[in-house]
Amino acid sequence: MNETGPATRQLAGGLSAKKSLVVILVLIALHVLPWTIPSHLLHTMIMIFIFTIMGQGWNVLGGYVGQFSFGHALFFGLGAYTSTLLFLHLGLTPWIGIFIACSVSISVGLFVGFLSFRYGLSGPFFALIMLAFAEIFHLVSTTWKAVGSSLGLLIPLEGNAPALMQFTGKMPFYYISLWFMVGALYLVWRFEKTRLGLYFLAVREDKDAAEALGVNTFKSQMTAMAISAGLTAVGGTIYAQYLLYIDPDITFGVINSVEIMIRPIIGGPGTVLGPLLGSIVLTPLSEFTREVFQSYSGVYLMIYGIVLVIVIMFLPDGLIGFAKNMLRKSRGN
Amino acid sequence: MNASFILQSLIDGLLIGGVYSLVAIGLTLIFGVLRIVNFAHGALMMLGMYTTYWSFSLLHIDPYLSIVITIPVLFLIGSLFQKFLITPIIDAPEHNQLLLTLGVSLFLENLVVFLWSPDYRVTRTSYEFAYLYLGDISISLMRVLAFATSMIVAAIVYLLLTKTDLGKAIRAASEEPRGAVLMGINVRRIYWITFGIGSACAGVAGSATAPFFPAYPTVGGLFVITAFMVVVLGGMGSVLGAFVGGLIIGVADAVGGMIFPGAMKSIISFVLFILILLFKPTGLFGSSR
Repeated sequence: MNETGPATRQLAGGLSAKKSLVVILVLIALHVLPWTIPSHLLHTMIMIFIFTIMGQGWNVLGGYVGQFSFGHALFFGLGAYTSTLLFLHLGLTPWIGIFIACSVSISVGLFVGFLSFRYGLSGPFFALIMLAFAEIFHLVSTTWKAVGSSLGLLIPLEGNAPALMQFTGKMPFYYISLWFMVGALYLVWRFEKTRLGLYFLAVREDKDAAEALGVNTFKSQMTAMAISAGLTAVGGTIYAQYLLYIDPDITFGVINSVEIMIRPIIGGPGTVLGPLLGSIVLTPLSEFTREVFQSYSGVYLMIYGIVLVIVIMFLPDGLIGFAKNMLRKSRGN
Repeated sequence: MNASFILQSLIDGLLIGGVYSLVAIGLTLIFGVLRIVNFAHGALMMLGMYTTYWSFSLLHIDPYLSIVITIPVLFLIGSLFQKFLITPIIDAPEHNQLLLTLGVSLFLENLVVFLWSPDYRVTRTSYEFAYLYLGDISISLMRVLAFATSMIVAAIVYLLLTKTDLGKAIRAASEEPRGAVLMGINVRRIYWITFGIGSACAGVAGSATAPFFPAYPTVGGLFVITAFMVVVLGGMGSVLGAFVGGLIIGVADAVGGMIFPGAMKSIISFVLFILILLFKPTGLFGSSR
């Protein structure tokens, strides 16, 4: 962001003392929490964090610029596959791999963005073009032997090797995913108040009007795409290192795109905390129903479907929008 | 790879392309009139496949005759879907409409998993292995029947749109909804009828493929992406474009199948799709709207 003018400094205000205190207390609590909860809850927390990172990635493009992607599994998969392949073939540590994964993901994202935004393809067109691209990579990764084909890739566990982002316990992943998530939330929170962040909102609200006022909508959309693709790839790399196994379905699969986008949509698209809130609500729900209805593994997706329909019909601004509305009403009375 | 093998693949591609055409006609019809991309279109096709599977295995009705059941069932499901779920969000932002249809699609697919398990179900007919021979070329009878069924239904839809008053009203609502209201056309009624017709198209395509393509809950996902590519290729909202586009994508897949292994055969149609987006995003028969 090289656009730092007086407007930027004015807009990028901090939090009030009260809010800062709340944030600090929550952060301290989150750092103490893993020592007090059982292992399977630790897993749920890690999944909440990882999906918040990716949800935030989706949110930059979907929530802030209003380009809803149905194929963010594309970036997740690119993140997971790039770092894993680099580690398997070149022995490169995922700590560096994660940056290369981001670059690869951003490049592909910019290509798709170029194809779509240059013609002003938006709404359902953009959504389904993203889905089609995710599906191309799904096909290639399913068929191509060099990337593991449909069997997927197993990352050999080298024991406790922090330099290779490998740990025998869950605890380190808790902190890694927590810090990356806090980083992602902070990034978007700061960004929201920059000039470019405001351009994003202008493009979302009325593209033609924004263009008429001199906002370069194409550039805004491409920037959002780059940030979005990069953030989502980060989640993909961490996910791969955490599970030590990836295959085409769990990375590039359609369901994964749904998993990524449904969280910010339920939580509140275009808000900093929306993806986190959505993740806190949905991740335990899906983990829980998967445990309870083991033989009917599709039940949680059925619930996703119902939740999605209800939210679109009655709470189009997500849970945060709903909460804000309630707050406004109660103040009005 | 000899000439007759190539010719045979191309014919197979053209035959399956006819089915793609019908799926895409349903999708483009709904888009043209309601301006909604129905992501649940694949799920509706899947329901068509299951309708045929169950009427064959429980009632012993021939799969190609079962369309007399599939058409009313899917028309009913489609029009109820429109009336109760689409109507309330008809003025919502486009992406929310798409998300709603995604939600419906997730629900339907996993309801089927819940009811009938994720197993593959094949409708096994007595003429499963019947082939037509043209010199060296053998063509599966089922594929010919699937093509013929799809083409007949597509022709009926086309005649309905061009020759009847209802068709005129649908086209009017598609081109100029406000003007149509002023002319005394009940556009709300046109909306649910169109959605019903579009859904029935998807259902018939499902019935037609059931004898040679296994039915499973998420099978629609495969077809909905293809149908979307067909619709973009032909031009959004263009019925003629969807028809031609379907045949093109069918043949492109067949060519891909000759060059690439297994699932990679769709690569050619994907590349075609990207090229269309690069050079002619309004599609072959699309207007600039």
